[in-house]
Amino acid sequence: MSTTLLVVQVLNGLQLGILLFLIAAGLTLVFGVMDFVNLAHGVQYMLGAYLAVLFWRLTGSFAAAIPLTLLAAFAIGLFLELAIFRRLYARDHLDQVLATFGLILILNDGVKALFGSAPLSLPIPDALSGSVRIMDGLVYPFYRLVLIAAGLAVAAGLALLVSRTRAGMLVRAGASDAPMVSALGVDIGRLFSLVFALGAMLAAFAGAMAAPLLSVESGMGDNLLVLAFVVIVIGGIGSIRGAFIASLIVGLVDTLGRSFATDLLKLALSPSAANQAGPAIASMAIYILMAAILFVRPAGLFPLSRTA
Amino acid sequence: MRPTSPAAPVLELAGLTRSFGSLRVSDAVSLDVRPGEIHALIGPNGAGKTTLIHQISGLLRPDAGRVVLGGEDVTALPPHARARRGLARTFQITSVIPDASALDNVVMALRPAAGAIFRFRPDPAEDRRLAAEAAEFLELVGLGARTTIPAASLSHGERRGLELAMALAPQPRVLLLDEPMAGTGREESLRLVATLAGLKGRCAMLLVEHDMHAVFSLADRVSVLVGGRIVASGAPDHVRNDLQVRAAYLGDEAALC
Amino acid sequence: MTGPSRQSPSRAVAIAVPLLIFAALALLPLAAGFGPKSYILSLGARVMIFAIAAISLDLILGYGGMVSFGHAAFLGIGGYAAGMLIDGGRGDMLIALPVAMLASAIFAAATGYVSIRTKGVAFIMITLAFAQMIYFFANTLSAYGGSDGMTLYARSTLAGMPLLKGETAFYYVVLALLLAAFLACRSLVASPFGRALSAIRQNPARMAAMGYDVDRIRLVAYTLSGTLCGVAGFLLANQAEFVSPSYMAWQRSGELIAMVVLGGMGTLHGALLGAVAFLALEEILADLTPYWRLVFGPLLILVVLAGRGGLVGLLDRRRG
Repeated sequence: MSTTLLVVQVLNGLQLGILLFLIAAGLTLVFGVMDFVNLAHGVQYMLGAYLAVLFWRLTGSFAAAIPLTLLAAFAIGLFLELAIFRRLYARDHLDQVLATFGLILILNDGVKALFGSAPLSLPIPDALSGSVRIMDGLVYPFYRLVLIAAGLAVAAGLALLVSRTRAGMLVRAGASDAPMVSALGVDIGRLFSLVFALGAMLAAFAGAMAAPLLSVESGMGDNLLVLAFVVIVIGGIGSIRGAFIASLIVGLVDTLGRSFATDLLKLALSPSAANQAGPAIASMAIYILMAAILFVRPAGLFPLSRTA
Repeated sequence: MRPTSPAAPVLELAGLTRSFGSLRVSDAVSLDVRPGEIHALIGPNGAGKTTLIHQISGLLRPDAGRVVLGGEDVTALPPHARARRGLARTFQITSVIPDASALDNVVMALRPAAGAIFRFRPDPAEDRRLAAEAAEFLELVGLGARTTIPAASLSHGERRGLELAMALAPQPRVLLLDEPMAGTGREESLRLVATLAGLKGRCAMLLVEHDMHAVFSLADRVSVLVGGRIVASGAPDHVRNDLQVRAAYLGDEAALC
Repeated sequence: MTGPSRQSPSRAVAIAVPLLIFAALALLPLAAGFGPKSYILSLGARVMIFAIAAISLDLILGYGGMVSFGHAAFLGIGGYAAGMLIDGGRGDMLIALPVAMLASAIFAAATGYVSIRTKGVAFIMITLAFAQMIYFFANTLSAYGGSDGMTLYARSTLAGMPLLKGETAFYYVVLALLLAAFLACRSLVASPFGRALSAIRQNPARMAAMGYDVDRIRLVAYTLSGTLCGVAGFLLANQAEFVSPSYMAWQRSGELIAMVVLGGMGTLHGALLGAVAFLALEEILADLTPYWRLVFGPLLILVVLAGRGGLVGLLDRRRG
């Protein structure tokens, strides 16, 4: 394996990790603050991609489509919170699982009914297309670098928001002790709505940014949702920092595993055995990693300290 | 392991220490409970009683020190393993199986000792035997006429009694009572004190309680926990005098009661 | 009390409902002669296979209170065990079925051991993740068709006889297994173990304080449940004469939960009824529109927001 290939795969891994973080960040707050299982978070990523396509078609501009997508996603998140999720906070996890599963079914089939079942695509805007030469013999698509940078910027912004603002302080406090926060006289309902809509917006941002790289289709958020779950479980439920680190770990392990597992196995196994086992092991790597981490730390890497 | 002689304590805490962050919530707590006695543990809110109870029952591991049950070091064992070795408990908030009848609740308490957990087919004969045994314990706490009522439909006081019957049924070496008087009315708490007095001698009890009337009418020995430390321990009269002296000179009686 | 409540059904319903269902199932092949027979028989067998899976899930979901979002994994494991053994010429039911069950049991025990140590939300996510793991693993099995899946060249034999070949015979074999599974689970939930499991759902701290090893009891229940679901997977592959990773798609796990809850959990016959209702609904709606989930999704949400106790609860209430 060459150095350039390694660098390319590390960048690809970072890119997946950043996307995962954008999805997992909102999700882990919703889990942590509201103790709410939202399976429908993955379809909000899908909605982001579809909205980006829709607004791009309407305005003809990627630069206009992104902010419009964010606004629309925020509004949809707010609407869903008020219409459905709010009624489920006090219910048990099973009810939440079923209702949000129902929402997935609706949205996955809904986009098919509206946009057709053929995958859509969104072209990379001219200003961001092309490649950048990173080092000798290594050119990397500019847009992917932009995605990584945008994701990191959002992560930094989120970190500031959570650690420096009053709302962020309340969210952090709410994650470890919701009754205490409502005892402070904070309108916990409004805080929940905001956290929820913000999470939806972040997931939609990830979807919109990923849309030019992937085919936009029904169900595209489902696998990422499961990966985001793995991230949250590894990072520790409710922890933004845990989500960030676990996102990068999962993104890198998954990407590098798929690229290099077979080659690595060839060091120990016969080529044909390695060709068989490589992809199998790579496809399971992050789950095995998750199991290993949970085995040692059942509450994840950065468990929130809850007062007993 | 030391052999268990009748005089040896059934429960012994030796130097239990546990911190949360920089806060030392249990500070070298040592006390013992001897066969048949009621040893009361009192202390103000925030003295570390709950943390201590968690360490005794196995929900928390101490940073240092040992919990010895019937001569065996159980410090590393989880709650269920301690229960199997003769530690029974009641909870501050009454804890029963709501959907099961009063009788089934007590039968459930008898099964582990009968080695009847991993049985995958119904066994009516054994059910009958255990039910007969369970009925005696319900009788003991005055619930003889309420055996078929689901626990969720019992009154608060009746559930307290039921929980006591469940704790006593497997004939434990030592019974940990976590604030049994909490949330009971005056009349009910008097009845509960009478019930506990009647049970005295059946097994050793560690009574963690706020209610001074209950403590001083039941306990053979009293220990006082303040700020994670045992500050006084001995016969009730001795401790009462000690407390009065402290209250007079140090003014911390309000904190104690 | 929040959430879909567990039933304590009236005795009459608990006896009458399963009796009626099994009588109807036993007589269906006779009635099928008047309609499109093979369609009815194969739909009937499919319903019964999913009923086995739903009953197995009800054990841990309804009785154990464990929200597993990865139960479809066992359908796939049972299915692939059948497929691989038939492919290797060892497809007789006397060999392949125990192997399918054993493979499911091993997967359940291993993943359950890790999952059960975590609580609440994490359990849901982890069971889903493990199911997804085995789903992707199946996708890489290039020797067995990879993501396209594998076609079985024959159905399993039973002690050397091609008993599962005919639709009617297959139907009755499935019915017999469903009945056996139902009766075994009934007996299990009434056993000391089953009662402990149910009590642990209600109050784990109390059960631990009485000497019950809560995690171990849950793990045994999880393993039994997975093993039984492996039987359903074995039958499903035999019926379709095909097995693919889609058996384990995570939507399938969600559908199994929906069956159990719609039918009424913690009753076993509720799961039975739920499987019948779900597949019938799917059949009817999918006939009307390719976007049948657009109808089913809102239905599910409404049932959750308003519903109490599923179909079995409805029957109980009607009786007053």
